[in-house]
Amino acid sequence: MFKVVKKRQLNDLTYSMTILAPLVAQNIMPGQFVMVMTDENSERIPLTISDFDKEKGEVTIVFQAIGASTIKLSNKNEGEEIAHFAGPLGAATELENVRNACVIGGGVGCAIALPQAKWLKNHGAQVDVVAGFRNKDIVILEDEMIENSTNCIICTDDGSYGVKGFVTNVLRENIENGKLYDCVIAIGPIPMMRAVSDVTKEYGIKTIVSLNPIMIDGTGMCGGCRVKVGGQVKFACVDGPDFDGHQVDFNELMIRNNMYKKQEAEAKEHMCRLFGGAENV
Amino acid sequence: MYNKQEFKTPMPHQEADIRNKNFSEVSLGYTLEDAINEANRCINCKTKPCMSGCPVNVDIPDFISFIKNGDIESAYRKIKEKNFLPAVCGRVCPQENQCEKQCVRGIKGESVGIGRLERFCADWARENGIETENAPEEIKQKKVAVIGAGPAGLTCAGVLAQDGVQVEIFESLNKAGGVLSYGIPEFRLPKDIVKYEVENLKKLGVKIHTDVIVGKTVTIPQLEEMGFSAFFIGSGAGLPSFMNIEGEGYAGVFSANEFLTRANLMECYKDDKDTPAPQLKKVVVVGGGNVAMDAARVAKRMGSDVSIVYRRGVEQMPARKEEIHHAMEEGIEFLTLNNPIRIIGDEKGFVKQIECIRMELTEPDASGRRGVKAMEGSEYLMDVDGVIMAIGTSPNPLLKNSIMGIEVNRRGGFVVDDNMKTSIGNIWAGGDAVTGSATVIEAMGAGQKAAKSILEYLK
Repeated sequence: MFKVVKKRQLNDLTYSMTILAPLVAQNIMPGQFVMVMTDENSERIPLTISDFDKEKGEVTIVFQAIGASTIKLSNKNEGEEIAHFAGPLGAATELENVRNACVIGGGVGCAIALPQAKWLKNHGAQVDVVAGFRNKDIVILEDEMIENSTNCIICTDDGSYGVKGFVTNVLRENIENGKLYDCVIAIGPIPMMRAVSDVTKEYGIKTIVSLNPIMIDGTGMCGGCRVKVGGQVKFACVDGPDFDGHQVDFNELMIRNNMYKKQEAEAKEHMCRLFGGAENV
Repeated sequence: MYNKQEFKTPMPHQEADIRNKNFSEVSLGYTLEDAINEANRCINCKTKPCMSGCPVNVDIPDFISFIKNGDIESAYRKIKEKNFLPAVCGRVCPQENQCEKQCVRGIKGESVGIGRLERFCADWARENGIETENAPEEIKQKKVAVIGAGPAGLTCAGVLAQDGVQVEIFESLNKAGGVLSYGIPEFRLPKDIVKYEVENLKKLGVKIHTDVIVGKTVTIPQLEEMGFSAFFIGSGAGLPSFMNIEGEGYAGVFSANEFLTRANLMECYKDDKDTPAPQLKKVVVVGGGNVAMDAARVAKRMGSDVSIVYRRGVEQMPARKEEIHHAMEEGIEFLTLNNPIRIIGDEKGFVKQIECIRMELTEPDASGRRGVKAMEGSEYLMDVDGVIMAIGTSPNPLLKNSIMGIEVNRRGGFVVDDNMKTSIGNIWAGGDAVTGSATVIEAMGAGQKAAKSILEYLK
């Protein structure tokens, strides 16, 4: 069992949870994920690590309570325990030799991009963080992003906070204005990662995206997370979750993530009846 | 005088039309009368050929003799001297290729039902609370780490713990059992039995840590720092193969590993479990091994219409005859001498059809083996919404990649010597992690052999 030591609600749907898991914490590198089961009946879900403290043995995950499993997880309170928490899994993001990076987060993806920004900043790289949200109400982790960047730009789709527009507008503008990025890291919804990759491809800038497909074990056993990268089948759990954004078949990724949409909708309805809905938790 | 009955005493089982809608065990097991009747078919021959066919060397004629006298407890204790998981082996061992293959009764008629008798003893002992596990009197200072709580790891841990070695097992999944938990379905091997055997092992003092991925959560050097002086790798053959045909990326295409793990480990077919269950009307399972049979029979029980597509004939299928027979009885269609060449999706990316081609057997080659070749122009389409690939697995590379300098073969299996020792002095390996997909009992045999060698090393 793994104790929830800290829980914070970051916006309507997004939670930050810090779990006591000393064994998991000791070997974590930025970009890795954990497999989480809230209780013995739960689904195994992959969640990317957003922060960790090796000394305290703590691992932080940030997630949106939008499906049955994440709603169930969000209902755990400080002091309570979750059944299974295994990791760190996946390969670490390749950050060595990056000197001038643009780290782009979309929504909850901002939380997942933080460890990379932090690591780069701590290793003396220039780090522009560009964080995109739909509107002002759902902006999360602004202080943390400012702290872990050289430059932080928040943008909202409706202009209710920060710069109006998409992360891709800001990225293109920065590049046009002479920023010489040697690496762009984009983490967020699939359409955002695809759009960022399309822009950087024009300029020939190396781009890393972090994928979060359906998986069960997280160790290469089920093959559920297979994704086509440069025409080759890769398993996101062991070969990724980071891949070259210019090589990923985003279409297929989107298709595979829709596999259980119907069952997930039914399960969510059931969970909302149980807990009185995600908006009330 | 022995029982001259030519055939095995029949195994009672659930009727096919009933069992293909539930997950309860198919074979119900012998009664005491059945068991004694079957035991009496053993002529207790001097040469004991059956024992040479057993990878863990169970004293077969001896335990059968106890059954003849109705002394089931002694029979069980006899089996347990060599086999840590008799309730498991009695159910899933391919006895027809092992002990029973060597049985002299099999020359004329059927061999003695050794597997069925083994299962009977184990079930009887469990139901009657017979315990054979006593914590060893003397606990040694040496600590051994076992990686993977499947049949190889559990057996290795058991043998070591019996000798007083401190053993800790590290399992990456949320439950112990390995393939016994995630792979073999409930209706062939009830999970309560796996749980019971794992609990027995704990009584010997073995500690089991789930949720620990060795190579990720902890590395072998870190475990050495924690005081472990020897290691056994039983990490299985966890990497599924695909056919590399067009359309395998569509939603509705699964590896057998994924499909079976959802059903067996996560129990997605139960109402109180959160893991989504694939809802499929018509499923094609590709492959002819035991895993293909398991996947097909699980899909059937989850309400799908199921066909098995296999490129050779039924006679060439590597699955156990009994499993093929059970699958056929349960209403699964066998499309042998057929091979998939393409999967077709709908506009949303869900599987809509599969294209297959008919195959024919070629003339035997010099070694007498018949190959297959595609019959040109025989392509045809089948409407399906699910495809399960059960065409094999290879050793999981995750652990190998984390151990500097360890030697592996072309297929990614650990290279070991006759004592299951790897190229690194204090690391042993066995089971599917060495051989690629094989059987539970072979993995157990490897675990036992490695344990004996580790005991020598620790002296």
